[in-house]
Amino acid sequence: MTESFADQPWLSMTIFAPLVGALWIMLSRLIAKKDDNGAIVGRDLEQIENNARWVALAVSIGTFFVSLGVYALFDPSQGGFQLVEEVAWIGGGVSYKLGVDGISILFVLLTTFITPICILASWDAIKTRVADYMIAFLVMETLMIGVFCALDLFLFYIFFEGGLIPMFLLIGVWGSKGTKTFAGFTMPSRVYAAVKFFLYTLIGSLLLLIAMAWMYAEAGTTDIPTLQQYGFSADAQKWLWLAFFASFAVKMPMWPVHTWLPDAHVQAPTAGSVILAAILLKMGGYGFVRFSLPMFPLASADFAPLIYALSIVAIIYTSLVALAQEDMKKLIAYASVAHMGFVTMGIFTATEQGVEGALFQMLSHGFISGALFLCVGVVYDRMHTREIAAYGGLVHRMPLYAFLFLFFTLGNVGLPGTSGFVGEILAMIGAFKVNSWIAFFAAFGVILSAAYSLRLFRQVMYGELTKEALTAIPDVDRRELFSLGALMVFALYLGFNPGPALAVFSPSVDILLNNYHAALAAGAR
Amino acid sequence: MGLAETLTYAWPELALAVGAMALLIAGVFLGNGASKHISLASVVLLLIAVGLVLFAPGTANVSLFDGAFRVDGFSTFAKVIIYLAAAIAILMSDRYLAGEELGRCEYPVLIVLAALGMSLMASATDLISLYMGIETQSLALYILASFNRDSRRSTEAGLKYFVLGALSSGMLLYGASLIYGFTGTTSFAGIAEVAAQAENNTGLVIGLVFLISGLAFKVSAAPFHMWTPDVYEGAPTPVTAFFAAAPKFAAMALFVRTLTTSVPGVIDDWRPIVAMIAVASMAVGAFSAIAQNNIKRLMAYSSIGHMGYALIGLAAGTSQGVSSVLIYMAIYVAMTIGAFACILMMRRRGGLTENIADLAGLTKTNMPLAVILTILLFSLAGVPPTAGFFGKWYVFFAAVDADLVWLAIIGVLASAVSAFYYLRIVWFMWFDDPAPAFERDTGPVLTVTAWGSAALMFPVLTVFMGLLTRLAGDAAASLF
Repeated sequence: MTESFADQPWLSMTIFAPLVGALWIMLSRLIAKKDDNGAIVGRDLEQIENNARWVALAVSIGTFFVSLGVYALFDPSQGGFQLVEEVAWIGGGVSYKLGVDGISILFVLLTTFITPICILASWDAIKTRVADYMIAFLVMETLMIGVFCALDLFLFYIFFEGGLIPMFLLIGVWGSKGTKTFAGFTMPSRVYAAVKFFLYTLIGSLLLLIAMAWMYAEAGTTDIPTLQQYGFSADAQKWLWLAFFASFAVKMPMWPVHTWLPDAHVQAPTAGSVILAAILLKMGGYGFVRFSLPMFPLASADFAPLIYALSIVAIIYTSLVALAQEDMKKLIAYASVAHMGFVTMGIFTATEQGVEGALFQMLSHGFISGALFLCVGVVYDRMHTREIAAYGGLVHRMPLYAFLFLFFTLGNVGLPGTSGFVGEILAMIGAFKVNSWIAFFAAFGVILSAAYSLRLFRQVMYGELTKEALTAIPDVDRRELFSLGALMVFALYLGFNPGPALAVFSPSVDILLNNYHAALAAGAR
Repeated sequence: MGLAETLTYAWPELALAVGAMALLIAGVFLGNGASKHISLASVVLLLIAVGLVLFAPGTANVSLFDGAFRVDGFSTFAKVIIYLAAAIAILMSDRYLAGEELGRCEYPVLIVLAALGMSLMASATDLISLYMGIETQSLALYILASFNRDSRRSTEAGLKYFVLGALSSGMLLYGASLIYGFTGTTSFAGIAEVAAQAENNTGLVIGLVFLISGLAFKVSAAPFHMWTPDVYEGAPTPVTAFFAAAPKFAAMALFVRTLTTSVPGVIDDWRPIVAMIAVASMAVGAFSAIAQNNIKRLMAYSSIGHMGYALIGLAAGTSQGVSSVLIYMAIYVAMTIGAFACILMMRRRGGLTENIADLAGLTKTNMPLAVILTILLFSLAGVPPTAGFFGKWYVFFAAVDADLVWLAIIGVLASAVSAFYYLRIVWFMWFDDPAPAFERDTGPVLTVTAWGSAALMFPVLTVFMGLLTRLAGDAAASLF
């Protein structure tokens, strides 16, 4: 009985549940009463939009529970892939294959957890084309879960790239106002940001496509576990690693290809920023752990210094850039780049602490930076500006908000007791084991992060409440409190008790690192 | 093989030839009032031809007429797509032609005759039948391009097409004569044999260069692409829709068959040529389209680019490569037909509009059309999970498999550039303030075609890609 229960295609159900919700909303739009111009108007529109909100919320919460079911069936003491599903697909070694291991399972949960929060955050903030928005969001969720579950490189690529389309629309349609002149063209800056996001990521990923074709030609399959064992020649590894690096470094994003991120973050609606920071950025790091380290160990070892250098530059340089920002979202976006520097550094130390720290940092960053973007969204919804200078003294009017913002600010700084601390310290321990100079420079990032985070907090929260517009600003409402509170619980729990999460990571990371060092030893001989 | 048996293999072509003439006679007697019935009869004729191809008596590969004409898996695959594309083109034209008072009975007959020529191209295994096929097709296309004879643009398009087409035919003939002079035979098999035995194939290669130039003109690959934007823009839109689909497939099929069966021995000589044509086409397609504001011109440059991608598969020269060309072209034909169905629906106060700016804010005025066009554009750009991505994957894989990694890299870079102008249309439709709405009553044919093509691009082929891969693989295997 229990066995047949576990044999259900749980992962497919998790992946496609949001898509079913999206189709549902689409259908309700399709059959709705329309006027002569084909537009839905008046009460009908209101009803459709309300339905869309509730369906999206219900479906995303349902998906979260299904993913909890997946987690319940998952055995964290095993390091290999579990709940594997495989169906023949386009033939010739390319199949529809899913599975999760200790590295990916928590990111699946992170995705399904963050999505309902994003939908709650969009509840009142999105006023136009609500149904379309919810459809885009649910499609996005399907693709994101798919990325973390795919065990076939080709399938992974489809989920990985497919995510560009809904995100492109989310930024471009529901992005903020303002115009930008680029190369002589004047366009709305949300369009600029959306196109920049799309093209940057596309160009990076297309090189991954070539590498994928090469690996398929060489190994005759795109099955990820098989490719991880395949053992490409040292020379091939170098090129393949660079191609994968191009893709993941843009997604991550690493310095110097990070410039799309601040644009995208600033223009995206609040929930779009949250999903971008919490999930999309993690795909790059996930890709490094899933592909670069196990498939190209020799090249990873060779290129590790490059990664260290780029990570340190990211940590220090983008932290300094964050210090100079006038826009709240831009500041947090640059802070994200800096924090992702810890992740790349940790991964390529190829030590247990480093990799687990990087994974933990990704998880924790998902909660904390997601929450920070939500916090910005809270005041943005009220005042419609993200200028730091437009605020000040909010603590007098919004004590609860100030408390929550302070908590996540400190989490961003990496204060012990928050989840931000665990990831950073582990990544730095890993770096220390490899080269103490790297850890030395990385530690500057922690100091700088305190500088820019606290500056943001001080300028927004403290001081006299002098601005006329702010005198009537209401504190967080129940919906916002719920979202931020849930994120806070997780950030605190992971901060005080990182053991369970690390225990999920560790069997898979152990296998990964054993294979990695064995391959290095074999390669060195 | 006796004549009677030989003819049984040529049933589809015979049916088309006899049927077209019968329809022409009927049209002349019944007058233009019957053009609608003639159209329907032509569609039925083409569908019958599809049936004859699929349910041919002997499915084995056979050569007919002293090796001038071959029926095999490759020709079957090509013919089915060509006939279907031609039939859809006729159906899509009806409403437009009636509206512009162009509904003459010659129109569907010319398309059937062009399909006959394409059919010959798909089966040609001799330089003479190759030329016959091309000319049968081209002459019909020249007339179609200038079908709106009272319009200066349309006549200009027809004339340009004719003059340049004649030039390219001349080059092709000159190349064919050089090849004949060198090898002493016009049959592909004979040429392959001579080339394999000869120690020095320089003469053959020189002839081949001219032949390839002629063929590149027919598929509108750079640097022989100059006619394409003008003809696409000038010809009546349904004619452009036809031009962009079936003839491209036929010419590409001919290109593939000629190079892989007649001169496989000198692949090292022609591969760089094809590769350079592919690179040039991708570059022209990617960069020239950026500045276009007319959607028909944009589609012209887009098709030039797509021919470049397909030629990557041909440059690989392997069975894998040929099957990737077939997959790519099949997907290309499907998405092009869909895109033109959408363009034909851009109708405002009785006239078609061709400006990309007219699509602004389409999501607010006509959501279904915007969604269809968005899917098709992402497919044209090759973004997963659409079929266009699968097509690109197969050609790039074929190139990498044949050690042409550099070509694949240029291919992906070009596709990143071209993604920009497809995105540009998407952002007009989704992000901009609406332009006046299009007419909503566009007739069932266009709606069904557009929806069907979009459905193929996104859910259907994504799931059933294995089927297309297998069919194309079998078709390609029959050449090797």
